[in-house]
Amino acid sequence: MSVEDKIIAIVAEQAFLEPKDVKPTATLEELGIDSMTLVECIFAIEETFDVQVPFNANDPEASQFDISTIQTIVHAVEGLIAAQKA
Amino acid sequence: MNRVVITGQGTINALGRNVPDTLTAMSNGVCGIGSLKFDNADRLNIQIGGQIKGYAAQDHFNRSEISLYDPFTQFAVIAAQEAITQSGLNFSEEELADHTGVVLGTAGGGLQTQDQNYRAVYEAGKNRVHPFVVPRLMNNAAASHISMIHGLRGPGFTVASACASSNHAMGQAYHMIRSGMTQVMLTGGSESMLCFGGIKAWEGLRVMSPDGCRPFCMTRNGMVQGEGAAVFVFEEYNHAKARGADILAEVIGFAMTSDADDIVTPNKRGAASAISRALRDAGVNADDLGYINAHGTATTVNDRTECAAIREALGAAADKVMVSSTKAMHGHLIGGTGGVELLAVIAALKDGMIAPTINHRTPDPDCDLDVVPNTARQAKVKVAISNAFAFGGLNAVLALKTP
Repeated sequence: MSVEDKIIAIVAEQAFLEPKDVKPTATLEELGIDSMTLVECIFAIEETFDVQVPFNANDPEASQFDISTIQTIVHAVEGLIAAQKA
Repeated sequence: MNRVVITGQGTINALGRNVPDTLTAMSNGVCGIGSLKFDNADRLNIQIGGQIKGYAAQDHFNRSEISLYDPFTQFAVIAAQEAITQSGLNFSEEELADHTGVVLGTAGGGLQTQDQNYRAVYEAGKNRVHPFVVPRLMNNAAASHISMIHGLRGPGFTVASACASSNHAMGQAYHMIRSGMTQVMLTGGSESMLCFGGIKAWEGLRVMSPDGCRPFCMTRNGMVQGEGAAVFVFEEYNHAKARGADILAEVIGFAMTSDADDIVTPNKRGAASAISRALRDAGVNADDLGYINAHGTATTVNDRTECAAIREALGAAADKVMVSSTKAMHGHLIGGTGGVELLAVIAALKDGMIAPTINHRTPDPDCDLDVVPNTARQAKVKVAISNAFAFGGLNAVLALKTP
């Protein structure tokens, strides 16, 4: 499973959707992910990839972690994985 | 209905080991928040808090007391002693002791005792724990020990409503004296959540600030925890008057509401209706209100929702009222926070000292009230309220006036 597949699986589970219905271009809002569900997604991402996601619910935009779409989350997680290995 | 006055106050928190030191720190805008010092603090992402620096249980209690008192009990016992001493009440009078009770608030209770003993059995693999783990960790331990130490035989219990615990507790004490059930109540709250498990759990929610508590400030990025206790002597007015007691303030109203909405996100309607109902219960108008000690946690959702709720409840009067959050100085004491914050309310009424909202750098247009930024102010205030809006959507607002 690629990073993207894993993230789609995490988000789909939290959003009560089928993975096939979670498109990479989808925003969290479109998927019905509210702030508490987002915190649960971030936790699942950290547990799955063994990374530390810099995310503060008080100001998601200021966090150095772009949650605009599934795609941006995938890029950000790939970055964290690469940084972890470096 | 009986009138209820406050004739004693006591505290220990990050700003001071007693009331005078705490109020001096508040009037000077001192920040009591610093690096957390306890086992495994290096494994935390959030490493700051309002810890009582240099606190050592053995400076206050003997060995057998320490074996029974979790820090949350220790803090409450210390605060209660100061409050009782100031009140001048003598509980060796049987009649008085029979009609004096204790109602305290806490959210975590003996959390440090749980943390230590979970380590012992799970981490260290021990198969035996100290015999007093249960009486030490139970949420009512602090209230019970205050009752036992001072021989108070009236109603005693503990209220848990997360961040509103102290206000709910003081509201119960107020109602008991108001209705004639008791003459005197020891009330307030206590919390000692500053341990590895306590902070680790909060980290999970992603609402904690790694660098400071900045309520109502555009740059805020979350809450910071504190620890400690504040306990007050609530007394029936005629009883206090007859013995010539020094009256610090009068409690004139109390209201509780529930958001019935979300387990963590606050709701404007619930908060606004708690404020409005507290003023109505007190029989005062929005124009009479001079100061609000805000819940002001410095999370984005709390601060914006609270400011909107104040505007909704007060209307045009919201532009004249001073609103400050002292959490920037002492941290968020969770179940004990309403206690420490009532000290600021009483100081505003009694001494005209309006405690500031420190760490305020940039105004937030969504929090456009007079938040008393950075510097304490001298002002005459006749009526003040204290807000507490808890996780779980439980709101509790107390209204006080000058004696």
